[in-house]
Amino acid sequence: MMGGLLDDFLMRALLAGLMVAAVAGPLGAFVVWRRMAYFGDTVSHSALLGVALGVLLGLNLNLMVTLVCVAIAILLVLLQRRQELASDTLLGILAHSALSLGIVAVTFIEGLRVDLMAYLFGDILAVGTGDLLSIAIGGGVALLLLILLWRPLLALTVHEELAQVEGVPVLLVRLGLMLLIALVIAAAMQVVGVLLITALMIIPAASARRFAATPEQMAILAGIIGMLAVGAGLWGSFQYDTPTGPTIVVAAMLGFILVHLLPGRLIPHFGGR
Amino acid sequence: MRKTPSLPAEPDSDAVPLLSARDVSLERAGRVILDHVSVQVRPAEVTVVIGPNGAGKTSLLRVLLGLWKPGQGRVQRRRGLRIGYMPQRLQIEPVLPLSVRRFLTLRQRAPEGVLLERLERVGVPHLLHKPVQSLSGGEMQRVLLARALLNRPNLLVLDEPAQGVDIVGQGEVFKLIDDIRHETGCGVLMVSHDLHLVMAGADAVICLNQHVCCTGRPEEVSRHPEYQRLFPETDMQGIGVYRHDHDHVHDVAGEVHEHHAGCAHGHRPGPGGDSR
Repeated sequence: MMGGLLDDFLMRALLAGLMVAAVAGPLGAFVVWRRMAYFGDTVSHSALLGVALGVLLGLNLNLMVTLVCVAIAILLVLLQRRQELASDTLLGILAHSALSLGIVAVTFIEGLRVDLMAYLFGDILAVGTGDLLSIAIGGGVALLLLILLWRPLLALTVHEELAQVEGVPVLLVRLGLMLLIALVIAAAMQVVGVLLITALMIIPAASARRFAATPEQMAILAGIIGMLAVGAGLWGSFQYDTPTGPTIVVAAMLGFILVHLLPGRLIPHFGGR
Repeated sequence: MRKTPSLPAEPDSDAVPLLSARDVSLERAGRVILDHVSVQVRPAEVTVVIGPNGAGKTSLLRVLLGLWKPGQGRVQRRRGLRIGYMPQRLQIEPVLPLSVRRFLTLRQRAPEGVLLERLERVGVPHLLHKPVQSLSGGEMQRVLLARALLNRPNLLVLDEPAQGVDIVGQGEVFKLIDDIRHETGCGVLMVSHDLHLVMAGADAVICLNQHVCCTGRPEEVSRHPEYQRLFPETDMQGIGVYRHDHDHVHDVAGEVHEHHAGCAHGHRPGPGGDSR
């Protein structure tokens, strides 16, 4: 029965998208809280380089993407520490260099035609059962890590020094967050593509803010809103024959606008303490 | 219950400082920020670090708290030391939905009764369920103080506790800190550039300008030429107005440690600006 369902490419696409959105939403809340949107962009733009390296070295692509993303994230943090260049300059340099390097490297791979568009904008309709499995593993590990790191991450987000004085292992938690972002990027690459991954993280989280009274509510709602966007985007893309990744982001954007057009009294506020 | 000198000091004895830095130096981005600084924070005393902007006050605090590793020298904390830390300023992104209750329990869970009791002690029990972003500067400082008190600290570390509070509120915050330390008997280490308010309640003052210019009781420090050079507008008069119960101490010759109050080393010209 389940095997039969998974045979349908739309069903596989939906499942992959839902899984990715369920992790990207809660993680996106942290990206929004910590003002890391551009950081996420930079790391996700380097994912293509991971693909190229993976193909060249004959290694698992998801693993390679995760590794390259973590490496870029660590490089960024090290460069930011030196404080010679402003953060946004550094991010700009790294983001676009990594993306260009990835595109150039991909074209060097002979004998293998890589569909560049699929990596840039996602190719969720081509998700196979194997992909589904790796998304499930990557997403599952990311979600588990996020739950384990939740409290220290939140403490760190509110005030880093205070957290450190109170015994939060700051370096370890920050590394964990980077690993999380890398895992989600690797999982989301096929769904929305490297150019649009950050949108799937921050737009649902930004929409969720209007309803949430606690950090947990915002994270869970972000996941749900992201899943709704995936469903709507997939349907729209099928209906109007548009590229799926961008359509999902457009659906998320429409949701965001709708949420912010709603008058305040219609917004249900969850009781929060 | 006097200890004989031959016995090692027991952990609880007042002779053992809560926190001490010995010969600590710190350089950042090629600039000397702390230059062979030695300080002690004793139990049940209010130790205040004063100095002009860019003197390295906050840096010294960070080193003492263990947030930064000194390039040279050692920091020692007494065993069993529980620090309640109140950072200089805390701004929480409006996009993070966070109530005061949640903020208080970020690191350690506590029953609501305890939270309310702490908030009541600092005079703001009505804020428990308010979003943190809705608090005024003075309310935030009080909540921060309540949070610092949660784990029953034996040392309160406060970085500019009256920052962003109006002049009336500043007096209240310092009064509150003074009351709390008398109630709990905890030591207090405080950084401030508000000389009048702070020196009034201090037991020990450390005047810092990269190096330790002078240390001692407030009245000793305020008479020190180095202090008067750094803060020319202040004089004994101004401090005398706010002083309360320490006036008897400075007459006792034995209490005055000349090598503490004086500077043993040569002074470089102070830094030109206060940029940092």
